[in-house]
Amino acid sequence: MSAISDETAPAFRLSMLINDTRYRSLTFQAIALLLLIIFMAYMVNNLISNLSAAGLNISYGFLDDPAGYDVNQRLIEYTSQSTHTRAAFVGILNTLLVAFLGCVTATVLGVIAGVLRLSGNWLTAKLMAVYVEAFRNVPVLIWILIFGTFVTLSGGPPRQFLGDDPERSMFLGAFAFTNRGLHMPSIVTGSSAVAVIMIFLVSIVAAFWWRYHVKQTLYNTGKLLPGWVFWPILIVPAILTQLVLGNPIGLEMPDTTANRFNIQGGLLIGKPLIALWLALSVYTGAFIAENVRAGIQAVSKGQTEAANALGLRPNRTMSLVVLPQALRVIIPPLISQYLNITKNSSLAIVVGYADITATLGGITLNQTGRAIECILLVMLFYLTISLLISAAMNVYNKSVSLKER
Amino acid sequence: MSDQHTPAAVAYVRTETLPELPPPASEAGLVKWLRENLFSSIPNSILTILSLWAIYVILSGVIPWITNGIWDASNIRECRELLNGASGGCFAVIAERWPQLVFGIAYPQDAYWRPSLAFVLLLVAVAPVLFSNLPRMLLAVTLVYPFLAYWLLWGGSIFIPITAFGGAAIGYMVYTRLVAQSFAMGLLGGVVAALLAWWVFGFITDNTRGVLALEAVASRDMGGFMLNMILGTVCVSLSLPIGIVLALGRQSDMLIIKWICVVFIEFIRGVPLITLLFVASVVLAYFFPPGTTQDLILRVIIMITLFSSAYIAEVIRGGLAALPRGQYEAGDSLGLDYAQAMRLIILPQALKISIPGIVNVAVGLFKDTTLVSVISMFDLVGMIRGPILASTDWSGVYWELWGFAALLFFIVCYSISQYSQWLERKLATDHR
Repeated sequence: MSAISDETAPAFRLSMLINDTRYRSLTFQAIALLLLIIFMAYMVNNLISNLSAAGLNISYGFLDDPAGYDVNQRLIEYTSQSTHTRAAFVGILNTLLVAFLGCVTATVLGVIAGVLRLSGNWLTAKLMAVYVEAFRNVPVLIWILIFGTFVTLSGGPPRQFLGDDPERSMFLGAFAFTNRGLHMPSIVTGSSAVAVIMIFLVSIVAAFWWRYHVKQTLYNTGKLLPGWVFWPILIVPAILTQLVLGNPIGLEMPDTTANRFNIQGGLLIGKPLIALWLALSVYTGAFIAENVRAGIQAVSKGQTEAANALGLRPNRTMSLVVLPQALRVIIPPLISQYLNITKNSSLAIVVGYADITATLGGITLNQTGRAIECILLVMLFYLTISLLISAAMNVYNKSVSLKER
Repeated sequence: MSDQHTPAAVAYVRTETLPELPPPASEAGLVKWLRENLFSSIPNSILTILSLWAIYVILSGVIPWITNGIWDASNIRECRELLNGASGGCFAVIAERWPQLVFGIAYPQDAYWRPSLAFVLLLVAVAPVLFSNLPRMLLAVTLVYPFLAYWLLWGGSIFIPITAFGGAAIGYMVYTRLVAQSFAMGLLGGVVAALLAWWVFGFITDNTRGVLALEAVASRDMGGFMLNMILGTVCVSLSLPIGIVLALGRQSDMLIIKWICVVFIEFIRGVPLITLLFVASVVLAYFFPPGTTQDLILRVIIMITLFSSAYIAEVIRGGLAALPRGQYEAGDSLGLDYAQAMRLIILPQALKISIPGIVNVAVGLFKDTTLVSVISMFDLVGMIRGPILASTDWSGVYWELWGFAALLFFIVCYSISQYSQWLERKLATDHR
C-alpha cells in the first residue's frame, strides 16, 4: 500500500530520459537537433575544405561585373555592358511576365475545357476529355519542346509583309507573325497620359462603390437598382478624357514600309516567349479543367434544385448559388496551379527564353563559375514567390472557409 | 345485371390488347440519342459542329501522316525520296534508333537483354503489390527485385547484391527479435545489425570481384527511356518511407522536430525541380567529403528523392489530417504507444486515403524525370534532343520523335492513373 502515500516526486534518474513520457520528447528533440547540427557542420566542413582545395571562395562581388551577354526579350533597358544584377532582374521580370501571361490564358482555357467536359454535348465532352488526358499524361518538358519546334518552324521571312504591295497583309492591319516573332502594336503614352490613368483609377473606385450601393439598397429596402451602370461608370469617363485631351494614349502600329528588310516599330514578341507561353497555358489548362470540373461537381444537385424551387432564374442560380460554392473548392488548387506555372517556367532554358534560371542560373553561372551563389539566389527568388503566393492562399482560405461552431 | 352481356347490347369491345406501336422515329434509337446528346439546343448544335470540325482538322492531318508513314529507311533524305512529296511520317527513325531511344547511346549492345529482363521482372515484382488477389508468394520476387535489378543493370560480381541482401535480411531479423520490446529499439538494432553485416561482408565482396560477374556498366552509360524508368522507380520507392517520416514529423508535438520537417518540406516545395537538379550537377559535389566523387546519377537520385518525398509528405499529411480525431484517441485508450498506434491504427487508414494523391505525385515525378536532359543526361528526351536530332541522318525529324516520346509517357502515366482510379473504387468502404 505504499503506492498511495507515494506523493513526493521520485528522484531524477538517467533512465527517465527514455522511459518517462515527461522527458522522452525532450530527449528525442535534443538528439534530433544534435544530429542535425552534426550533419550541417559536416557538410559545411566538407564545403570549406572542397572550396579551399579548388582555390574558390563564396563571394557575391561578381554581381557588379559587366555581364557581357545579350538578352533578346527584355522588359527593362539592358545591354551587354550591364551588370549581372541587371541581367538577373531582366530574368526575374521575364519569369514574372511569362508566368502572368500563362496564368491568364491557362485559366481561360481550363475554365472553358472544364465546363465543356461537363456539358450535355457528348461529342464536346469526349473531345475535352481527350484534351485533358493527353496533356496531363505527357511531361511538360516534351510539350514545351513540341511547341518550341512548332513555333520555330512556322512564320516566314518578314519580306512578305514589306513594301507598298506586300504578298501578305498584316492581320487586322496590326499583327504579323514572321520568323522573328509576333509583331504587334505597342502602347505609346503622351504627356497628358497621367490624367487619363488617374481618371480611370477614380472611376474604378466609383464603379465598385456603385456595385456596393446597389447591394446595400437591395438588402435594406428590397429595391433593385440597375447593376449594369457599373460598366459605363467604369469606362466612359476615361474614354471621354482620352478624346478631350487628344488621344494621349495611343498605339504604335508595326510599320511595313519604313525599311526594306524588316518590320519596324511596334512590339515584337519573340518566338521563345510565344512557345513557352502556349505550352505552359495548354498544359496547365488541362489541370485547371480538372479542378474546375471537380469544383462544379462538388456542389450538390440539391442546391441547384433548391434555387430553382425558389424561382431564381438560371443565370442567377449560377451566380448566386452554384458559383460561390464551387469557387470555394476551385480556388485553392487553382492557385497552386499558378505556382506550378511559375515553377515550370524555369524550363524556359530549353526554348532559349531568358528567364531567371536561364540568365542568373545559366549564362551568368557558366561565365563566372559561381555555381553555389547563383543557384542559391535563383532558389531564393522562387522560394519568395511561392511563399508569397501560399500566404495569399492562406488568407483566402481563411476568408471563405465554412464558419463552423 | 348479367343479361346486359348479350351480344346485341355491346356495340364493340376489343377482346385482345393491341400490339405496341414502335415509338416515333424521333424518340428512339440513334435519332433520339443524337437529338438528346448532340442537337438538344441551338448552342449545343453549334458546339457539335465545332467539335466535328476540330476532329476533322486533327484527323485529316494525322491519318495520312501515319498511313503514309515510312518505316524502312536509313536516313531522312531516303525517307523523303520514298515519300515523294506526299505528306507522311518518317517513322524509320524510331525503328533505326530504337536501341538508342530505349537504352541510351553507350549501353553495351550485347547486354541489352539485361535491362529488358529487369523490366519484365519489374512488372512481376510490382504485380503482387498492385493486385492483392495474386499469390502472396510473388512478394518474394518483390523483396529480391531491387538487388537483382541493380545487378542486371550495373553488372559486376553477383556477390555485391547478395551480400547487400544478406545484410538487409540480418537487419530485419534483429528488428523482429527486438520490436516486441520497443519499436525504437527494434529499428536501432536492425540498422546497426545491417551496417555491421555489410561491413563484415565488405571483405567478401572485395575478394570476390569478378566471380560470377556480368560485364560492369558505368552509370554514365545509362540512357534512353531506361534512365527515366530507373529514376522514376528508384525515386518513388525511396521517397515513400521518407515522405511518411516527414509527414509524421510535421504532425508531431515536438516543436524542434516539427520545425525541421516544416522548413525542409516548404523549402523543397518552393523551388522548381530544375534548380535542385542544377544543385545535383554543379553544387552537390562540394558537400561530399573531399577526394570522393559520386557519379551524377546517384546525385540526381538523391535530389529527386528529396524533392518527391516533400510532396509525398504533404499528401500523407492530408491523409493524417482527414482521419477523425477518435482514431487517435482510440489508439491511446487501448494503451498503445506512439509507434504501435501509428503502425496498427493511424497509418493504414491514412495511407489508404492518400493513395490517389501518392499516385498523382508518382506520375508527376515520372514525368519530371525528363528534366534530367537539361543537365545533359541522355534520357529519352535528352537522346532525342542531342544525338538523334543533331545527327546528319535524322536532323529535322521532329514530329515523329516527339510523338513517340509523348506516346510512351502517355501509355505509362495513363495506365498508372487508371490503376489508381480502379484501386480507389476497390478500397472504397463507404456504402453508397
